[in-house]
Amino acid sequence: MSTVVLDDALLEQRLGTAWRKPHFIKNPILRWTLLIGALVYLVLAFGSIDVNWTRVSEGLIRGWKFVVAFANPDFFTRGTDIREGLIESVIMAVSSTVVGIAISIPIGLGAARNIAPLPVYLVCRGIVALSRALNEIIVAILMVAIFGFGPLAGFITLSFATIGFLAKLLAEEIEDMNKVQAEAVKATGSSWLQWINYGVQPQVMPRLVGLSIYRLDINFRESAVLGLVGAGGIGATLNTAFDRYEFDTAAAILLMIIGTVMVLEYLSGVIRKKVQ
Amino acid sequence: MLQIQKLTKKYPTGDLALTAVDLEIPKGQVLALIGPSGAGKSTLIRCINRLVEPTSGTVTLNGENITSLGSRGLRTVRRKMGMIFQEYALVERLTVMENVLSGRLGYVGFWRSFLRKYPQSDIDEAFRLLDRVGLLHMADKRADELSGGQRQRVGIARALIQDPDLLLVDEPTASLDPKTSRQIMRLICELCEERGLAAIINIHDVALAQMFVQRVVGLKLGVIEFDGAPDELTPDVLTTIYGEEDWEATIEKVDEEDA
Repeated sequence: MSTVVLDDALLEQRLGTAWRKPHFIKNPILRWTLLIGALVYLVLAFGSIDVNWTRVSEGLIRGWKFVVAFANPDFFTRGTDIREGLIESVIMAVSSTVVGIAISIPIGLGAARNIAPLPVYLVCRGIVALSRALNEIIVAILMVAIFGFGPLAGFITLSFATIGFLAKLLAEEIEDMNKVQAEAVKATGSSWLQWINYGVQPQVMPRLVGLSIYRLDINFRESAVLGLVGAGGIGATLNTAFDRYEFDTAAAILLMIIGTVMVLEYLSGVIRKKVQ
Repeated sequence: MLQIQKLTKKYPTGDLALTAVDLEIPKGQVLALIGPSGAGKSTLIRCINRLVEPTSGTVTLNGENITSLGSRGLRTVRRKMGMIFQEYALVERLTVMENVLSGRLGYVGFWRSFLRKYPQSDIDEAFRLLDRVGLLHMADKRADELSGGQRQRVGIARALIQDPDLLLVDEPTASLDPKTSRQIMRLICELCEERGLAAIINIHDVALAQMFVQRVVGLKLGVIEFDGAPDELTPDVLTTIYGEEDWEATIEKVDEEDA
């Protein structure tokens, strides 16, 4: 009974007063300091970027030439180079994705805290972190130094980058899986591999397929960039075109890259719908 | 057949889920485990097949001490304990048949299971069980196409194909409507009788438990508060298990004309 009386008093006190959602940061001094601090930093940060307007006006003209070239792309003058570059890029993208997936799956399993013991988890997370920390360009420069110019360096770079991407996202998908479904398979007396095959794999398969196609798409686009540091592919052709100021050829190459990415995008949509 | 001695489970958070629980179940007995949420019912049945590792105490099935087994021995003994889950726990992207056959995983090697090349005797038994639970025509449907009651029937078939001695049943009817609940409970109890299986059934619905089982055990805060026949469950007993409430409407005399 006493709680009821207390509630009544509390209610009397509350009635007629306004109600507001409680603030995320309760201390008002801290709240305002953070807010004003962030604003001051932003103003100062923008202020520190100086713009050379004469340089921009010159650059705009150059940029415009580049844009105009898009209206008139030249696919034929360097047709053979473009075709060879594209084929090389596709080979690099496909092979590095396949090899990357094959390595990512065991590492992804090891990097999921809910199925791997702690030492395995730490090692696999370490590999993932290393792969993610090193940007493709940096790895590519190193690989070109080791293996020389050409697609082999690009292939190894992209395989390495795929591990960081795919293993991390696969591990997160496994950590988010429905625990009871996996538990039910374990309760039948299955071995560890059977448990993965029946309890875990069906749950993460659609996501794995989707991510793999997405990675193929990324690897193709990356192959265009890696050419700039000598790691083969369409990027090498693109680099040469820029070096010769052949903007019409460069435009043709960029259009081919855009087209290929769009086709991959469409295909990934179709395939993902199938495996859902 | 199943002996539980001084079984204690303390979670890493410090919560004591079970405190020195002693329980003995003879062959073929169907037992209902009742108690409020958080009483340790789920923990108790998961400690039996060691999906949850008990902190201390022993569990003995057919004379074999489960708590001291290594991983290989544990897998062998798990085959003899079929488990049925609250939310059915079917692997949703696998077919009904794959879900049922997964009950044989403890008996077949990895490559056989990976390639789905099960022995013909297993396949025949899966078809027989699906027929018994009335779902033979659904064999090649994906599990997520089924209704709740149908999924639970597949779950029952998966547990039975293990050829178990004991069924561990965790809230089999909690996600089902009242009529389907009765049908599922009846199916479980009939199958236990046909095959001479013992079963531990965690259940919230006291009236439903009274209708079907031979023995009721009441758990409260990890301690057994009641152990007796269903008709010994009086309002006083329910008050000691669950706390003060009006229990007259909950305790039903077993009526024969249920759906």
